[in-house]
Amino acid sequence: MINYIIRRLLLVIPTLVGITLVTFVIVNLAPGDPAQFQSQGIMDPEVSIRIHEQLREYYGLDKPIHVRYAKWLGKIARLDFGTSMSSDQRPVIDKIKERLWPTMSLAILSLLISLIISIPIGIYAAVRQNRLFDRLSSTILYALYSIPSYVMAVPLILLIAIHWDLLPFQGMTSDNYDQLTNLGKAADLVKHYTLITFCFTYGTLAYYSRFIRQNMLEVLRQDYVRTARAKGLTESNVVMRHAFRNSLMPVVTLLGMMLPAIIGGSVILEVMFNWPGLGRLFFESMMSRDYPTIMALSFITACLVLVGTLLADLSYPFVDPRVSYD
Amino acid sequence: MPTDNNILVEVNDLKTHFPIKRGLFRKTVGQVRAVDGVSFNIPAGQTLGLVGESGCGKTTIGRTILRLIPHTEGSVKFEGHDVFSLPSASMQKLRSQMQIIFQDPYGSLNPRMTVANIVGEALTVHGIARGRERRKIVSDLLVKVGLSRHHASRYPHEFSGGQRQRIGIARALALNPKFIVCDEAVSALDVSIQSQIINLLEDLQQEFGLTYLFIAHDLAVVEHISDIVAVMYLGRIVEYADRKTLYENPMHPYTKALISAIPQPDPTRKSTRMVLQGEVPSPANPPAGCHFHPRCPFAEQQCSQQTQLLKEKNPGTNHLVACWKCKDI
Repeated sequence: MINYIIRRLLLVIPTLVGITLVTFVIVNLAPGDPAQFQSQGIMDPEVSIRIHEQLREYYGLDKPIHVRYAKWLGKIARLDFGTSMSSDQRPVIDKIKERLWPTMSLAILSLLISLIISIPIGIYAAVRQNRLFDRLSSTILYALYSIPSYVMAVPLILLIAIHWDLLPFQGMTSDNYDQLTNLGKAADLVKHYTLITFCFTYGTLAYYSRFIRQNMLEVLRQDYVRTARAKGLTESNVVMRHAFRNSLMPVVTLLGMMLPAIIGGSVILEVMFNWPGLGRLFFESMMSRDYPTIMALSFITACLVLVGTLLADLSYPFVDPRVSYD
Repeated sequence: MPTDNNILVEVNDLKTHFPIKRGLFRKTVGQVRAVDGVSFNIPAGQTLGLVGESGCGKTTIGRTILRLIPHTEGSVKFEGHDVFSLPSASMQKLRSQMQIIFQDPYGSLNPRMTVANIVGEALTVHGIARGRERRKIVSDLLVKVGLSRHHASRYPHEFSGGQRQRIGIARALALNPKFIVCDEAVSALDVSIQSQIINLLEDLQQEFGLTYLFIAHDLAVVEHISDIVAVMYLGRIVEYADRKTLYENPMHPYTKALISAIPQPDPTRKSTRMVLQGEVPSPANPPAGCHFHPRCPFAEQQCSQQTQLLKEKNPGTNHLVACWKCKDI
């Protein structure tokens, strides 16, 4: 097991170098650079050009791209994400830290809700295959899955938040958040979370329900499920103990894939709801060509994809005794 | 039919049809007549061998008797209780009396459970034993079927096919049943392992007084283990007799063809093999009259129009045949 983990981790290194190299080149090929964006506002063209040159030198943008990549790689090896190239000049790690919680809490909340709802739906639909519940839930879930979250968000914001003024849609808290009582603060948070969490969740929920249903159908056809019935087990025992447990294996893979989404968040939704999370940070740093922040976020996402896959692989022996890494 | 008082299982005009559903609204467009009017009795402590080609409905009969598949018509009585009309709670209790050994020793054991749980789960579910008592029963069973006590903590994938079938047998025995359906229990095994498992089944029958419904397509195996043999063709029984009579004096042309196909270990013996032409027709659309008539070398017009019921050929012999022509051939 230990040997397997070490081997896998060693394989992660070349993958990471490849991913970051491609990202670095693409980001740098995009028109404009941070120096240009910051010197844009200056009216006097001569001063503007001079400041642009100074900023380029200050950020080290005057050096060739391979030198800059090597420098970045050297820093990242020491886990130094560098300083932001936007006007606030703060360390990238601090900017990420303060955006971490809004994104993570949203993702974990959404994941829990989708699992809690989709598991019973998936199991029940599989057990009653082709009956009314199965067909009805299939139709609704397909419809939900087919609507992109940003399309769903527009009417929700327009109707619920603006027209009926029922729920807020800007940011995580209201302006008077600090003056509220503890109970008021909690209520305020719940209100702000509601719409974005819904938009974040319904697609995953629909997908998981169908996924669990499909896996359950697969397992319910197995001979050992018939064996379990022949033993005289109750139907609920057959479904939960014998069928559902055996259908968990692909779900574990899926959860491993979810890990990057937990931190990556959704760029579009966070921008639409003005959510102070990592998705919006990525959008902002893209707009200002803040290279260190873009690279840091891409690097973290790549790491999480690799770690998530590894964790899923490592958890297989726990769900399936036939898998062993010894 | 034997009418002894000690009949354990009584099957009466059993029919199991599967609907064929097609189209957008999944309308039923036809029926697969997997089992189409089958009757037989199994006396306690004896073995009924059920033979026939693949797809003739043997396995469906076994599973329908145990109510693992819903029946369409007819009845099954187990010790006088009507199996199909029992409420599900009583049915679960009855399941401890009637067990099944499945054909596929790979697919029929839950890969995520240890042998101890596979064999012992039913004991817990039926409230017979838990904890140490259960462990004791399970390890005794494992020894009885030729495995070791320490195998209890292992998973099915760590065993060979023959060993897995032994686990399946131990599982079926765990509740101390009276009746076991052996559904092609040895077909998936090597010939050398087959004989071991058959001997084991015979020993267990002697020891516990078990009654078997032995489903197989291998006539040599059935001859070895059965007391009574029923031959099936396309959802119906075509011949029913005690083993000796059936093998020495087969009446139905289909039985004759099957028996002539058993390989003989004597190279000097002249082959008198009767080779059947054509394929087994689809049970969704069986031929009229005697189902066998399109392939039967003796068929006449009557055979294709009227169905002959299973009848005693000579009164009092308990040798039943469903054939119009069997007296002439």
